[in-house]
Amino acid sequence: MRPLKTPSQVPRRRSAILVGMQLAVQAAILAVVLTGASRADDVQAKLGYCKDCHGPSAQGYRGYFPIPRLAGQQPEYLENQLRAFTERRRTNNIMFNVAHTLSPAMISALTANFRALNPNPIGGAPTQLVATGKKIFEDGVPDANIAACAACHGPEATGSGQIPRLAGQLYPYVIKELVNWGKERGQNPARPDTSAIMSPVAHSLNKSQIEAVAAFVSSLK
Amino acid sequence: MMKGLRLKIAIMAVVCSAISALPGHAENLAVRNCTWCHGGGAQGYTPAPRLAGQRYQYLENQLADFHARTRDNPFSKQYMWGAAAHLSAQTARDLAMYFSTLPPKAANDGEREFAATGRTIYQEGMPDSNIVACVVCHGPNAEGVRQIPRLGGLGYSYLKRRLEQWGEGYHLAAGPPMPHIAGNLSPNEIEALASYLSFIK
Repeated sequence: MRPLKTPSQVPRRRSAILVGMQLAVQAAILAVVLTGASRADDVQAKLGYCKDCHGPSAQGYRGYFPIPRLAGQQPEYLENQLRAFTERRRTNNIMFNVAHTLSPAMISALTANFRALNPNPIGGAPTQLVATGKKIFEDGVPDANIAACAACHGPEATGSGQIPRLAGQLYPYVIKELVNWGKERGQNPARPDTSAIMSPVAHSLNKSQIEAVAAFVSSLK
Repeated sequence: MMKGLRLKIAIMAVVCSAISALPGHAENLAVRNCTWCHGGGAQGYTPAPRLAGQRYQYLENQLADFHARTRDNPFSKQYMWGAAAHLSAQTARDLAMYFSTLPPKAANDGEREFAATGRTIYQEGMPDSNIVACVVCHGPNAEGVRQIPRLGGLGYSYLKRRLEQWGEGYHLAAGPPMPHIAGNLSPNEIEALASYLSFIK
């Protein structure tokens, strides 16, 4: 059998093309391998970054500002919030900086990770408010035309789809959100978003009802 | 004896001015033991950091960590392990409360040209490098809250060393997230942060 031509025997122009093709194939393989590997590393690095504020198990943290629990959160809700931060429909400069650099693939990976976490709630709410909060959560406040939270957020406050989990959420965070609802969310009147659903509720609840509901949901596992 | 007398009087004057109206002779002695290194008015005296105006829960936790020897950076080991070894929990609490009430003075000893960069890192973080914004936990004026320490106005070299030491694996007793955050800061970023913070009133 005729021996294969060695590279030195192949005419120069053909050898350049062959070498070029070889390099291209190698580069493509490397790109796929490296992208796959680095994407997993990137997600882990980004997750570590989120957890620096949101807690090692994303249970939330009472910093100077209350940093919400993300553990067990509905992925669709989190994706909506990240988009709202990026489009400044939800006002939060810190989270704008965080969110606007995240790719859709990264967001999917992060939200799936958070969904799977299930630490105990950090608690700390005044226990004497829990009973009142439970009543409001389960029955609403009919006289003030306020529906039961359970109707949308679920009997165990685990939420579903776009509706967030409230179980185990931080007491000061829930209060802050309900009190500031209209000032923080739905900031683009030309583009109303899902936050509009909560506006009447947040507006109608008085401060002590808000504190009671917050105390109740923050105690739920 | 006369030669050192003026110096001794000066030291006594500085130290006595730091003692507030605490009941009991024992507490005054304890305060004097602290300000000997931590400076008149507990404003700090390199390498000992300012204690004045620090969060009392933070101070209490540090004293407990020194007592338990879980805070292990070299100066803590050399000085604070001994200083805290015989402190009762009550005295530690009293000292922490006392120092927290003293008015803090800013060190103002950072590098001016790096302060603006430090401000950006502190207030906004560096999302592309996965560095969080310090402001979220430490507050808009680096004042801290509850057990999270006030950083504003602390000495440049103290802040720089703390941030470096987390990266070197020291005082893991602080728990998450500081070792992880500080471990990812570059030397330039540490200098910028330490500079910015040293100027905050």
